Amino acid sequence: MSDLQPPVLAIDGLRVEYPLANGSVFTAVEHASLVIQPGEIHALVGESGAGKTTIGNAVMGLLEKPGRIAAGTIHIGGKPFDPAKGSAEGVVLGRDVGAVFQDPMTSLNPLFTVESQLTETMRAHLKLDRASARARALQLLEAVGIPEPQRRLKAYPHQLSGGQRQRVVIAAALSCDPKLVVADEPTTALDVSVQAQILKLLRDLADERGIGILLVTHNMGVVAQIADRVTIMHRGKVVESGPTVEVLRRPRAPYAKALIGAVPRIDAKLDRFPVLGDEGKGRAAEARAMLRSSAERTGDAVDGAPILSVENLCVEYITSGWLPGSKGHTFRAVDGVSFSVNSGEVFGLVGESGCGKTTIANVVSGLLNPTAGRVTYRGQTVAGEGAIRRIGPLRQAIQMIFQDPYSSLNSRMRIGSILAEPILFYRLASSKAEAEDDVARLIEAVGLEAEAAQRFPHAFSGGQRQRLSIARALGARPRLIVCDEPTSSLDVSVQAQILNLLKDLRDATGLTLLLISHDLAVVRQMCDRVAVMRQGKLVEEAPSETLFTAPQHPYTRELLSLVPTLDRIRGEPQAA
Amino acid sequence: MHMLKVLLSRLGQAALVMLVVSAVSFLMFRFVGDPVATMSRENATVEEKAELRRSLGLDQPVVVQYGRFLARTLSGDLGISYRNQRPVTQLIAERLPATLELVIVATVLSLALGIPLGVLCALKPNGIAARLVQALSLVGISTPTFVTGIVLILVFAVSLGWLPSFGRGQVVDLGWWSTGFLTASGLKSLLLPGITLALYQLTLIMRLVRAEMIDVLSSDYIRFAKARGLPSRYIHFRLALRNALMPVITVTGLQIGSLIAFAIVTETVFQWPGMGLLFIQAVSFADIPVMAAYLLFVGLLFVLINTVVDILYAVVDPRLRARSA
Repeated sequence: MSDLQPPVLAIDGLRVEYPLANGSVFTAVEHASLVIQPGEIHALVGESGAGKTTIGNAVMGLLEKPGRIAAGTIHIGGKPFDPAKGSAEGVVLGRDVGAVFQDPMTSLNPLFTVESQLTETMRAHLKLDRASARARALQLLEAVGIPEPQRRLKAYPHQLSGGQRQRVVIAAALSCDPKLVVADEPTTALDVSVQAQILKLLRDLADERGIGILLVTHNMGVVAQIADRVTIMHRGKVVESGPTVEVLRRPRAPYAKALIGAVPRIDAKLDRFPVLGDEGKGRAAEARAMLRSSAERTGDAVDGAPILSVENLCVEYITSGWLPGSKGHTFRAVDGVSFSVNSGEVFGLVGESGCGKTTIANVVSGLLNPTAGRVTYRGQTVAGEGAIRRIGPLRQAIQMIFQDPYSSLNSRMRIGSILAEPILFYRLASSKAEAEDDVARLIEAVGLEAEAAQRFPHAFSGGQRQRLSIARALGARPRLIVCDEPTSSLDVSVQAQILNLLKDLRDATGLTLLLISHDLAVVRQMCDRVAVMRQGKLVEEAPSETLFTAPQHPYTRELLSLVPTLDRIRGEPQAA
Repeated sequence: MHMLKVLLSRLGQAALVMLVVSAVSFLMFRFVGDPVATMSRENATVEEKAELRRSLGLDQPVVVQYGRFLARTLSGDLGISYRNQRPVTQLIAERLPATLELVIVATVLSLALGIPLGVLCALKPNGIAARLVQALSLVGISTPTFVTGIVLILVFAVSLGWLPSFGRGQVVDLGWWSTGFLTASGLKSLLLPGITLALYQLTLIMRLVRAEMIDVLSSDYIRFAKARGLPSRYIHFRLALRNALMPVITVTGLQIGSLIAFAIVTETVFQWPGMGLLFIQAVSFADIPVMAAYLLFVGLLFVLINTVVDILYAVVDPRLRARSA
C-alpha cells in the first residue's frame, strides 16, 4: 500500500568530492545508491572514514566545506535535491528532515533550557506561538518517554542523564513531524540498557508514524536488532546492500564478511578475532620474544598466585554545602568491592557508565586515594590504610592504558621520546642508545615499523595510536596493565587487531591484565575471570565461561539480554 | 570543601597579597629620592631639615615607619601629600571620577566594537572586511599607547581641530562626583583619550570573540541547530554568540583592573586630571604618600577583581548549580 507514496529518500549514484589544497580531489563517497520507504529503517554501516556520515550530511545539505556533490541524485519525498541550494524544492531541514546526532552530551546547547531548544524549531518552521509550541513540546517529551515532562521543560541539559538528553534530541528532531530522520550513531555514546530503550523508541517511531530512518552506525548488533535493510560501505563505496537478514547471515563481499566476522561474539569464545591479513608474525613475534626475556630478567615468574587484591574498597566523592558543618552530599562511587587478580590472567571488570569501574582502575594505578579498604600488590599495600609510597619498582609494576588514544599521547613529542620516557625514568637502559633499541623493539612488538619513532602522534590513526599507548605501557616492563576501555573508541576491525595484540602480548610476556570495559562481548573474548559491577557494588564474579553461560545474578542476566547481537536478527524467524 | 571555607581562604589570600603589596610599595619608595631635599628651601639649615625629617617621622627605623604606615593605612588615613599638603585620600577621591569615567568609556567602546567585529571575522574569515580588520587589529595590538594618543591628537585636534587635545573640558560637580558626561565639551574631551585607552582592549576582545566564536560554531550543538533548519541569524547571534561571550565576560572583568593601571600613559598624553596623572606628578616630586597610596589602590583593585572572579567561578560552575536544583 506504500507503493503509492514516493520513497522518503532515494539516493542514486551519489558521489561526494572534497577538492584538496594541492589541486587533487578526494572522493569521500562514490556511486552510492539506496532507497528508504516510509516506515523503514535503513542502516548504513561501515568503519570510520567509510563515507557513511558523509551521505547523511549530503542528504541534510550539511556537507562540510569544500565538500560537494559531484554526481548522482538525491530525492527526498520524491522531490529532487538541488546541490546548489543545499536542499530539495519544498523540503525544509528541521521540518521535513529531522536529525539525531551521536553524542547527546554535546548536541544540546548548555546555556539554553530544554523548552527553548524544543520550541525554537517549531516556532521557526510551524510559526507556532509560545503557548502552543510549549504544549507541543510537552506532548513530544511524553511521546519519547521522559518522566515528569512538565519539570524537564525547565531543565538545562546538564541536569538530564545521557539517555534523557538523547530523548530530548529525538523529540527535537520529531518536533515538526518529519518524514525522514537521519540518525548518525544515535546510541553509540549510551549504555546498553539506555541503548535498548532508544532503539525501541526509534523502531516504534518508524512503525507507528511511518517515518523513514537512515541509521548511520558501526554497530552490527544495533543493525541486527532494528534495521529492515542494510548497506555496508567501505572506503566510500557500497560493498553490499540488501535486507538485514540476508546481508548479515550470508554476506557475499569479502569486506562484508570480514566486518561481520570482526564483531566480538558474545555467544562463544574464539581463540582469536578473525582479521584481514596476518599480523603478529615475523619481526613482531621476534620482538615479543625479546620482551619476554627482558621480563624474565626481573625474576618475576608467572605462578598463578594472586598478584593484585582489592579488599573492601570504598571511594566516596563528597560534594560540599555552603556552610561548614552543613552536610554535603556524599556519593559512593565504589562501595565495598573485593576481588583478586591472579598473575598471568586477564581479569575483566564490566558494568554500565557510572558503576565505578573506572574509579577502581584509578585507585589501582594510584591516581586516586580510596576512602576505605585497601589494594595490595604482591602482599604490599599500595592504596588505602597503611599504604607504602609507590616508588621505583612498585610504581613500575602497574601501568595503564587509557581509553582515548587521541588525548593520551602528548602531541608535541615524537613517538621515540614518548616511548623512551618510562625506560629512562625507571633507568631500564644503561645508555641512550640502549633505550633507543628498546623503543624500536617495543614499536615492532606492537606491529608497527621502527621508523615510527621519528614521527609525531598526529601521523597515526586511532588504532595505531592505541598500539603506541600499549608500547608505552610495556616500556616500563610492568607486571600488571590496567586497560580502561582500551578499544571503545576504535572501529570493530581495529578493535579486533588491538585485542589480538593484547592477547599475543599476554601469551608472550606473561603479563597480567585488568580489563575494564562496558562491552560484554569484548570481555567474553578476552577474559579468564569477570566481575560485574552495578552502582558501585560488585554483583557477581565468576570464571568468564560460567558467567556467560550460566549468569547467576538477575542484573547480569538483564545486561546479557540487552546486548544487541547478531544471533537475533530482525525479520528472521526465531528458532525455538 | 565548603563554599564558606573557599570564600574565607580566598579572602585570607587576598589579605596576604595586600600585605605584601603594602610592604613593597612602602619599601620601594624609600629609595626614589629624599623628600626632605625636595620639600625644604634651598638654603635650609641642617637643623631645619632635621626638624622636617622628624615631623615627617622619617628619623625612625624603617620597621617602625612601616608599622606606623600600616596602622594608619588600616584606619583609612593614607597620609598627607608632601607636595600640596593635603590628605592623600582627598586627592584620590578628587581624581578617581576622571579615571573611572575614562575607563568606562574605554570599556564600552571596546565591547561595542570588539564583539561585532569579532563575530564578523568568525563568520566570514576569508572576507575582505575580516582580513582588513584582522590586519588592523595587529597594528592596534602592537602600537604603544602613547604613539596612538599622539597620532590621534595630531589628526583630530591639531590638523582637523575637531576635538580638544587635553583636559576634561567642562565638568559638572555632583558633590561627591565630578562628571564630564553632562556637558558637550566634557563628552568631546572623553573621545580621544577613550579611544586611545580602548584600542588595545578592543583588539583583545575582538580576537577573543573571534576565536571563541569559531570554536562554538564547530560544536555539535550548533551543527544540531543547523540540522533543525533554524535561521542562520538566529543560530549566530542568539545561540552561538551567547556561548562565545562567557569567557569575554571574565576577561573584560579582569581587564578593567589593567585599564585603570594603564590609564597612566593615556592620562599623561592627554593631560587627563585622573589618578594616573596624579601618580606621575607624585613620582617627579618624590611624593611618597601619594605614590604608595596609588600602588596600594591599584593592588587592591586587582586583588578585589580577581577574588570576585574566583568566587564567581565557584558559583557559576554548573555542577554546583546542578546540586542546588
